[in-house]
Amino acid sequence: MKNKRSNTKKIALVGLAASLALLLSYVEFLLPPLYAAVPGIKMGLPNVVIIYVLYCIDVKYAALVSATRLILSSILFGNTMTLAYSVAGAVLSLLIMAILKRTDKLSAVGVSVAGGVAHNLGQILVAILLLDTPQIAFYMLVLTVTGTVSGIFVGMSGTLLIKRIPSDKIFRLR
Amino acid sequence: MRMNKEASTEARALDATKKVKNDIILISALLLLVLIAALALFLFRVTGDTVTVGVDGKLFGEYSLSEDRVVEIKNGNGYNILVIEDGKAYVREASCPDGICSSHRPIGHSGESIICLPNKVVVEVHTQSQSTPDIIA
Repeated sequence: MKNKRSNTKKIALVGLAASLALLLSYVEFLLPPLYAAVPGIKMGLPNVVIIYVLYCIDVKYAALVSATRLILSSILFGNTMTLAYSVAGAVLSLLIMAILKRTDKLSAVGVSVAGGVAHNLGQILVAILLLDTPQIAFYMLVLTVTGTVSGIFVGMSGTLLIKRIPSDKIFRLR
Repeated sequence: MRMNKEASTEARALDATKKVKNDIILISALLLLVLIAALALFLFRVTGDTVTVGVDGKLFGEYSLSEDRVVEIKNGNGYNILVIEDGKAYVREASCPDGICSSHRPIGHSGESIICLPNKVVVEVHTQSQSTPDIIA
């Protein structure tokens, strides 16, 4: 009985976090591109939610939220091509963030910066594979800078959320 | 008990500043890497003499940069109009929705490229002479 209740709570939490992340994807989708010459420059707003879930619950839930967000946002605002790019970016980003969080050497800001750059790197790698053109790697120069800057902001917002919404009190998962 | 708690919060605060320091190291390392890569690309660039056009991974055409010309690149329903002028190449007009290729500055150095993702078109500058950059001078 107790187990069932905690499962329901977890499902509700993943749903809540995923819808928040989806909403942030939509906000990002509405914003005009910052610098049209290089595709892929984004704020990475949904990553605020992923960071929060990663820190306050665990990697599995962060992966679930990320997957739900990706599937829904590509159905709503993208196509299958953008899904391939997004999946590669999201998987690599979450992997790097989970590893760095586990080493416990960086704060959430550093983890988010690494995640942002990893997201861009994943997308560039898929673009190189799909289009068979290694020259796309040059985009990584600009994307590393923008990924770092947006990662700093996302990490700061994530840190604020982690501090202000203590998950153990609200969700009582454990 | 209270001492213990105070000590642990102090340790955590120390830990936090150390983490911020590590964050700063990570961020500076990333930015430095970009700077070095950009500098290396800028220093070792060579003026190109030919331009190749690839569509969907296959070679569409190869043109000399020394003669001015206009090439229409067709791929299914999409098109890109490539202009070669004064030893440089640029996309004047394209059917793609984002217009990234047509807003790209003219390219003339070896290895530079204009990529149109929607039309799967890659325009790249090459050097036939393969003159290596003079590193010593």
